[in-house]
Amino acid sequence: MVALPPLFQDWFAKRGWSIHPHQQDMLDRASDPALLLIAPTGGGKTLSGFLPSLIELMDGTHTGLHTLYVSPLKALAADIKRNLRTPVDEMQLPIRIEDRTGDTSYTQKRKQRADPPHILLTTPESLALLTSYEDAPRIFKGLQRVIIDEIHALEESKRGDQLMLALSRIQALAPGLRRVGLSATVEDPKAIAHSLASHPDPCDILHADPGPDPDIDMLITNEPPPWAGGGAAYAIPAVLEEVKKHQTTLIFHNTRAQAEIFFHNLWLANDDDLPIGIHHGALSREQREGVESAMVRGDLSAIVCTGSLDLGIDWGDVDLVIQIGAPKNVKRLVQRIGRANHRYNAPSKALMVPANRFEVVECVAALQAVKDHDLDGDPKGAGPRDVLCQHILIRACAGPFTADDLYREVTSVGAYSNLSRAAFDDCLDFCATGGYALRAYDKWKRLLERDGMWQLRDPRASRNIRMNIGTIQDTDTLKVKYKNTFKSLGEIEEGFAATLTPGDTFLIGGKIVRYDGLREMTVQVTKDAAKKPKIATFMGTKFATSTQLQARILRKLQQDTWPELPDHTAEWLDLQRKFSKMPEADRVLVESFAHDTRPHTVFYGFAGRNAMQTLGLLLTQRMEEFGHGPLGFVATDYATMVWSVDPVTDPAPLFDVTGLRDGFEHWLSGNAVMKKTFRGSANIAGLIERNSPQARKSGRQATFSSDILYDTLTKYDPDHLLLKITKEEALRGLVDFGRIEEMLTRTKGRVDHIKLGRVSPLAAPLMLEVGRIAVHGEGRETLMEREAEKLMELSGLNKIDAQPAKPNWRVGW
Amino acid sequence: MPDHQILTVSDLHLGKSDRIARRSGTLLPPYETRETLARLEDLIDRLAPAQVICLGDSFDDLDASQSLAEGDRLLLLRLQSGRDWIWIEGNHDPGPVDLGGRHLNELTLGAITFRHIAQLDTTSEVSGHYHPKCSLPRGGTRPAFLIDKARIILPAFGAYTGGLRANHPTLRNLMADDATAVLTGHKALPVPLKAIA
Repeated sequence: MVALPPLFQDWFAKRGWSIHPHQQDMLDRASDPALLLIAPTGGGKTLSGFLPSLIELMDGTHTGLHTLYVSPLKALAADIKRNLRTPVDEMQLPIRIEDRTGDTSYTQKRKQRADPPHILLTTPESLALLTSYEDAPRIFKGLQRVIIDEIHALEESKRGDQLMLALSRIQALAPGLRRVGLSATVEDPKAIAHSLASHPDPCDILHADPGPDPDIDMLITNEPPPWAGGGAAYAIPAVLEEVKKHQTTLIFHNTRAQAEIFFHNLWLANDDDLPIGIHHGALSREQREGVESAMVRGDLSAIVCTGSLDLGIDWGDVDLVIQIGAPKNVKRLVQRIGRANHRYNAPSKALMVPANRFEVVECVAALQAVKDHDLDGDPKGAGPRDVLCQHILIRACAGPFTADDLYREVTSVGAYSNLSRAAFDDCLDFCATGGYALRAYDKWKRLLERDGMWQLRDPRASRNIRMNIGTIQDTDTLKVKYKNTFKSLGEIEEGFAATLTPGDTFLIGGKIVRYDGLREMTVQVTKDAAKKPKIATFMGTKFATSTQLQARILRKLQQDTWPELPDHTAEWLDLQRKFSKMPEADRVLVESFAHDTRPHTVFYGFAGRNAMQTLGLLLTQRMEEFGHGPLGFVATDYATMVWSVDPVTDPAPLFDVTGLRDGFEHWLSGNAVMKKTFRGSANIAGLIERNSPQARKSGRQATFSSDILYDTLTKYDPDHLLLKITKEEALRGLVDFGRIEEMLTRTKGRVDHIKLGRVSPLAAPLMLEVGRIAVHGEGRETLMEREAEKLMELSGLNKIDAQPAKPNWRVGW
Repeated sequence: MPDHQILTVSDLHLGKSDRIARRSGTLLPPYETRETLARLEDLIDRLAPAQVICLGDSFDDLDASQSLAEGDRLLLLRLQSGRDWIWIEGNHDPGPVDLGGRHLNELTLGAITFRHIAQLDTTSEVSGHYHPKCSLPRGGTRPAFLIDKARIILPAFGAYTGGLRANHPTLRNLMADDATAVLTGHKALPVPLKAIA
């Protein structure tokens, strides 16, 4: 056992602390090349990561960078810097600690490159940028340790892949580098350990005491939840009561729009003027920081928030977490609950509030999963190649390299350890020439090979590459500002802004504002006294219910009685059983009925929102082929409802696997989701630059859309690398065809078709579901023609004889 | 103009990806020239015009006109053979191109003037330059012809071309109040310009 140095022992004693077992373990294993600690929030997790560094640095002999700390959030880096100051100042350790994020000033960043601190706190993007400089070898030369905080959160996205690629570069510059990962409770720690270590180094996993089980329940309200919707406005009085009973409450929502609407309604009902704030990713930095510091001071009774507060920042004494809406995913729920009560060995307290009747079932299923410690998650696929392309460009900015060296470094990253040389060469070729079947750019290559060394053709290109580092793909957003001020209120999606006309009102940061117009890429607004806004539809992420949770729900539906469910929900399920049939895990239930004289068909697939959406698109396509005349559909996590001109008489052939899969291939190439995915991958891989010095100057966006590039590639170069990447991404992302496959495997073509005289109890909520999608194709053309005729009619222009003759030929595109 | 058998296209922007690669290092899919010429070939085969007028910005810059791929150059020559081909000068290609056809600043046929950028004080003019586009409720955004008694502004014909919204002040200023926008697509859709929000 490695003993704490006396200085540290005294400091622990002075604070009345003794070293936690996992902190001692981390100290004992400090020379391991890689080590993963699984620990709940609180409990001195961060200190256990830093303790070996503080001890190694205490004698003041180390010069330059010693420890890198990487976290997913800028705010977390700033928070840790504050917390780390306490031991360093109190023990008077000769250690310089600085952070480096997107918010760090240019001068400070330059200084850090010339004279790096002992401990640098940063984010994956800032670290990748740091490796792109020519002086990277000097900056990282003496580096000993890297601590990756909240590694489970990074692991879920491409940011983790980018970070591990950057570390592979740094490891080559500092061969003695040791890695430490700090993670919340996850379902598969081995997978994270595999990502963390430099392949094939071993990585042991240490477990801290997880503490007592959380005290978690469903919020009981006098009023039953509504049939549909996600707002949970019915629960506001009960939520306010809970807020009053506790010191500080975090109220989590699944989307930003829901958080905004709930916050607004909470204020209208807040007769006691409880101090309540709102925090989500689309708010301006000033706004978020204001709420964060009020929180730390203990000035707020509650914060309405989204995933932006998911990570381990210490917000002070949170003693209750409320989750509004079904959690969709048990692991995330457990991590959110962990936000309450940071005192070690005290249970976290949490309440779940179902937003509608079906979510009651989901919440109860999730409660049992939490009690059973049954976490869910999807296995992570191989390292995405668009991120690799960006890494190659970043590497080129730092100076010449050989393909062999870079390949060796890249395959030392766990996620890329199985990358073939051919696949790597494809990425290198894409970076150099665009990788097109038509070799058009031999004269204008981006990267050239001279004497076996790859380098930028034009070194000035490094500026553009650096400006576009990162893998976070926000939907295109516009800043929102009050007229004639510089103060930003936050951001809304470009698509949402396009639907606004002057005079419209919407919610942002809990305020109702009126849209005045668009000026130089900012949305100009004024305050508005209205009580009811036009709803803010900026989305945030919509999660799909996980496969594991979905299976629990299906099991629950099969129970004979439901004593654990509130009466209103149990009665509803009973009614479904009597009136129609309960969905089963190994069969697809299909219900047909007429509603408002129009035939409706409901398919209960239980495959999660994204997959059910895809299923809706595929089924309507099949229905078109069968001549049912589908008009539109709506999808939820558990069902898809289609309405059509003619009724579906036999749904079984619709589920024919070959038919669905062929339709999928055909549909995929022209699909909007694919185009959206393509835009993301094209940005990451460096085909489209979101930021350029010119664009920043003029504030103008790209002059034509990436959709055109997608269509052109699909037509002329269908085997292009980026199209392959796009398909891989879409299959596991928004399209989620994997879950449709899972559904088809478990149901094996067993379809139960129930014909009903009217809507069934389980289908009733679908009637109220928003997000209906019109079926495209001939229908849309007809709609547009009618719209055009209507406008001509209204304006009277169609009665003027001098109307220009219609062109007598058609332009074919 | 049926008697004249004229086909007019505008803003082909041939060689755009080449110019972008040369200037910024971004390597876009290099197929836009092939795509644009294929569309033009389709039109010419169907309409067999005696005269083709390209209303300027036919090339993304003058260098691009010289670095056309051999296949594209041959296709262009085939399209030109047997007809009068006129390159009107645009702001992207303000000089003669070494590719057959006649090169003109602008062209007047009878009462009609063909030029790249519309002028305010004319009575019958055909021009391009602005790449007008417009969208309808419940539909997507499409390139559009803007038409009134005094002028026609053509949408861009090139594959990699963005557009300017038809209700932009510059375009509203040029067009009369009773102007029509004709959306391209499956079927040409005429819409009153002033009805477009």
